[in-house]
Amino acid sequence: MGSEALAFYAFGAVAIAASLLVIAQRNPIYSVLLLIASFGALSGLYVLLDAPFVAVIQIIVYAGAIMVLFLFVVMLLNAPHEETEYDERVHPLLRPGPMRFGACLALVLAIELWWALARGVDTGAFPGGAVTSVAVIGRSLFTDYAFAFEVTSILILVAMVGAVVLARRDDPRERRKPGER
Amino acid sequence: MTPSMNAIVPMACVAAAGIAAMVAEAFREPGERMPIAGLGVVGLLGAAFATVLLWNHNASSFGVVSADNFGLFVTGTLIIVGLLSLGISGPTVEREKLPAGEYYALMLFATAGMMLMATATDLLVIFLALEVMSLAVYVLTGIRRDSPASSEAAFKYFLLGAFASAFFLYGIAFTYGLAGATRLDRIASLMAGQAASPTPMIYLALGLLIVGFGFKVAAVPFHMWTPDAYEGAPPAVTAFMSTGVKAAAFAAFVRVFLSAFEPLRGHWSEAIWMLAAATMILGTVVGVVQSNVKRMLAYSSIGHGGYLLVALVSGNDFGKGAVLFYLLTYAITNIGAFGVIALLETPDRKNDQVSDYAGLWNERPGLAALMTIFLLSLGGFPPMAGFIAKWYVFSAAVKAGYTGLAIIGVLTSVISVFFYLRIVVMMYMTPTDTPVQCPAIPKIAGLTLIVSAILIVYLGILPTRVLDWAAASISSIF
Repeated sequence: MGSEALAFYAFGAVAIAASLLVIAQRNPIYSVLLLIASFGALSGLYVLLDAPFVAVIQIIVYAGAIMVLFLFVVMLLNAPHEETEYDERVHPLLRPGPMRFGACLALVLAIELWWALARGVDTGAFPGGAVTSVAVIGRSLFTDYAFAFEVTSILILVAMVGAVVLARRDDPRERRKPGER
Repeated sequence: MTPSMNAIVPMACVAAAGIAAMVAEAFREPGERMPIAGLGVVGLLGAAFATVLLWNHNASSFGVVSADNFGLFVTGTLIIVGLLSLGISGPTVEREKLPAGEYYALMLFATAGMMLMATATDLLVIFLALEVMSLAVYVLTGIRRDSPASSEAAFKYFLLGAFASAFFLYGIAFTYGLAGATRLDRIASLMAGQAASPTPMIYLALGLLIVGFGFKVAAVPFHMWTPDAYEGAPPAVTAFMSTGVKAAAFAAFVRVFLSAFEPLRGHWSEAIWMLAAATMILGTVVGVVQSNVKRMLAYSSIGHGGYLLVALVSGNDFGKGAVLFYLLTYAITNIGAFGVIALLETPDRKNDQVSDYAGLWNERPGLAALMTIFLLSLGGFPPMAGFIAKWYVFSAAVKAGYTGLAIIGVLTSVISVFFYLRIVVMMYMTPTDTPVQCPAIPKIAGLTLIVSAILIVYLGILPTRVLDWAAASISSIF
């Protein structure tokens, strides 16, 4: 067994184990942290598939930005444990509502995967290597899409100003006097 | 490709003014009054100057921004929208103690995004411009943080807007998958080859793009956010977003559908036909039963979106010119009407019920007269500009063979007169014991409204010159 196959099995095992543990946790914080582990393992698989750009994006966007968002929401909701509406002894996964919904989603995903794999992968439309190289992506980002890139900076500036306007604390020196609406 | 910067000068001026407003706010002492709106006026005047210089030059920057006359006409409309909105914002910002620097900065950034949306010739850039505009407008909607209605409006607008952006982006992705490009000219050449036998993917892309644009122009059935957002936002912001967003979105809508997807017109015109009919009918019929003036004007604005869709579906030279002229007159008129509402607001009362307008003629004859001009123009009475605009739209529809749409348009216009005149009757003929107590009218805001009214009457009586400009705008492209 080559080192690449070894790495594949290692990353695959971590990804599957972490994903299973995500749904088996009672504490949402643990779930979120395990999801990060799962994403990290996935990004390792992307590296093995010669897609370093996707791997890095996976870490930055999913494991970085989106998971931080999740963590914030979980902490803001202040819910260290899932709602114990049902009998505590029944495992969360075995309770009726989430189980049915999750089972439906899993079934849909399984059918999709089976359908996609049964059709075989037609790679003819996507020449391999051309778009995966970080250098190529970087060059096209700063030449063909230079203007779009600059517009994005204005977009982020607007988002930042907007977030500050909506979230900042009132300056006490400019606060309204009591009685004034 | 030499990256000429000329075409982006107007929006760069406005964006620079936005940054200047931000920086000015940072240096403002608490409680100090600073003429931040003046910075915006300077930026917009610079943009106007650049627009005049660029006229007829067909400048293009980076291959994705094209300052053709069509885009420049809309840019000019947006500059007027920006100037008038800045003019009527003063009292709102003062009274509500809004953060002035951020308020004006966001308004200017949104204007820059709108200008980019009107001149962009690449789906990716159109999407980015749409987001710049939308994000700023979401925040402006919710900028009255201590008002639950404002926050609710902003939240609804944001959620539905994000959803619509996703549809739009999905449409772009499918188009890219089909054409391998996001530039409109390349998409057009590919679509021309596929027009005879379109694949389901093309329908999917078209449908998703129509949903995305339909949301931004508040076409029925994607209009749900409109009344709440227009009612909850401060009236000056409503004036800005009901006109600017619509103008920019329609400009991009026309550009994308009448250039990139022009070869497929036979496949999408039916869908837009139905959107136009539904939008005109619902906007008018639901508008009739509103008792809140802001909600009423929101439905009126939905209805006006329907008339613009009629011009779009007509698609002939007449119709494209009609879109431009209609956007200009609608923008000036609607800002005027919401400006009057903004001036009537007091810290204690919003004064936005129809009954609040009773006896306004006795209290504030000037405001009542201005409101009358705006409402009559919205209803399409000669000699106001709204009449000429509607007349052009309907004759474009008849020329293109859409007589049915023209009939629906005329009928809904007649019905809409009912709710516009209801306010006029309230103001002049309904005596009341408790007349509205509105604060003194600031000079700049009053002057802005007078200028809008003069423009409306001017465009109504002597529209030829501007109509010629509109005609010249569409002859250069498409």
